[in-house]
Amino acid sequence: MDKKLKKGNPVFNVISMVLLTLVTLVFVFPFYWVVTGSFKTRIDTVTLPPQWWPTSPTMESWVRLFKQPAWAWLFNSIFIAGITMILVCLVSTSAGYVLAKKRFYGRVFLFSMFVAAMALPKQVVLVPLVRQINFMNFHNTLWAAILPAIGWPFGIFLMKQFSETIPTELLEAAKIDGCNEVKTFTSIVIPMVKPGIAALAIFTFISAWNDYFMQLIMLNSRSKLTLQLGLATLQGEFSTDYGVLMAGAAFAAIPIIIIFVIFQKSFTQGITIGAVKG
Amino acid sequence: MTTVKNKKPLTIMARETIVSYLFLAPALIFFIVFVIIPIGMGAVTSLFNYTPKKFEFIGLGNYTKLFTNEIFLRSLKNTILLVIGVVPLIVLFSLFVSVVIYQKNAFVRSLFRGIFYLPVVTGTVSVTVVWKWIFDPISGVLNYVLMSMGVIDKEIMWLGDKRYALWCIILVLLTTSVGQPIILYIAALGNLDPSHIEAAEIDGANSWQLFRHIKWPGIMPTTLYVVVITTINSFQCFSLIQLLTNGGPNYNTSTIMYLVYETAFRQYKFGYANAMGVVLAIIIGIFSWIQFKCFSNDVSY
Repeated sequence: MDKKLKKGNPVFNVISMVLLTLVTLVFVFPFYWVVTGSFKTRIDTVTLPPQWWPTSPTMESWVRLFKQPAWAWLFNSIFIAGITMILVCLVSTSAGYVLAKKRFYGRVFLFSMFVAAMALPKQVVLVPLVRQINFMNFHNTLWAAILPAIGWPFGIFLMKQFSETIPTELLEAAKIDGCNEVKTFTSIVIPMVKPGIAALAIFTFISAWNDYFMQLIMLNSRSKLTLQLGLATLQGEFSTDYGVLMAGAAFAAIPIIIIFVIFQKSFTQGITIGAVKG
Repeated sequence: MTTVKNKKPLTIMARETIVSYLFLAPALIFFIVFVIIPIGMGAVTSLFNYTPKKFEFIGLGNYTKLFTNEIFLRSLKNTILLVIGVVPLIVLFSLFVSVVIYQKNAFVRSLFRGIFYLPVVTGTVSVTVVWKWIFDPISGVLNYVLMSMGVIDKEIMWLGDKRYALWCIILVLLTTSVGQPIILYIAALGNLDPSHIEAAEIDGANSWQLFRHIKWPGIMPTTLYVVVITTINSFQCFSLIQLLTNGGPNYNTSTIMYLVYETAFRQYKFGYANAMGVVLAIIIGIFSWIQFKCFSNDVSY
């Protein structure tokens, strides 16, 4: 009796498992289709009934893809995501630390401001943001897609949540031992929030990699495009050539999926901790 | 802490304030330059007839024009429909998935967690390539499957028909949004106090009662957090719309997020676009305020 209850209603279990498996297909299918589709002939990508598996595998879609500056797009994506990741981690760690651990004038106001800004889509400030970037002469450089992403309220929020876990006594002990503020930060705070930095790093990398909107409004010459933007451009130009589009989609997705699989654990932890005290 | 000797004639609070702002400076500089100043500029220039050629003050002219513009009103309606439609779906869906996979072993759990996160990682642009083909009226798989099963007898223009287009967007948005909520719910279920669950089981609660009276209240804070973040994310939904429908057919899938972009970068009406941005910010503010009100009541019980 007791055992049966723990396992739940068996009928519900079976039905829910079947339902879950069906739903899973919807989530896995796009990825599966992109990867297999990139090895089909152009005709085979759109035949009906659909060709569930490439029967005559070919690299011709990949060849067409690399007639485009796809390697440059890959480099641009890595550059944007990498630099954004480093800067966001630096800026958020120091800001999150003082918001969590120091008592100073304006703390509550600043924190509320960052929280409020989390809800703000970039569309709200679209035109002024572009003007700001033009004014600083960054337009159509990779920096235009990087700089507006640095003061990321979510990053500050996440690092504040992590910094709350540092025991205050530890910071006071360091002070008594004669550590100055910078020393305390580098030798106590940073090691203690390392899991937070790891989570933020991977989080930022993925969002910067996939931040199509900022790239769209900031970059326009063909060699400055990113993988996302390049792929979107191809969708406009070769809207019926699913072969090259699938190859492009696979090329854009595979690096980031590898990164996600490697770091899945710290990523999951980061998402969860941000919510615990949300 | 109280007896720290000050060499300088500063109170501890003042000293802490200076130090704190030095640590905050990098974040603040970026935030002021790329968020605060643009918000101010956007609000001010929304009062101007502002195009590449013109810049003249027209007061609230852009706003009065907005609320008589049918395309804007339609986009406003779509925006609200999208958010109100997709958020409960995301909550229900991710709750269902989490409750089911939570009972499985660690490997299965992390496998499913990964699967449901896959579309988020893959990125919207790559995902839309496939969905565009799925919805394609001639060569797409959706019509093919439905027709071979006899559900429909002629092709449906999924993305070109105003009865279906917004729902198609909502479906794709759902698949790219549930990854994070599922991770959160699984973690929350793991944090529930096992003694409460055992006590209820001994008292003879069935699995529905267990869920309704023990688990659901226990994961309430997570649900609130999920509602907040998915609302925020749904308000940022732009790329799906731009890539799948371009706001069409006839602006029936256009949202304010999309219309701002089109107005600024296709029609070059900057002041008008800024006024839309301000309205969008106000709507998001109202949503946040309502959620905040509802939640502060709920959390306390």
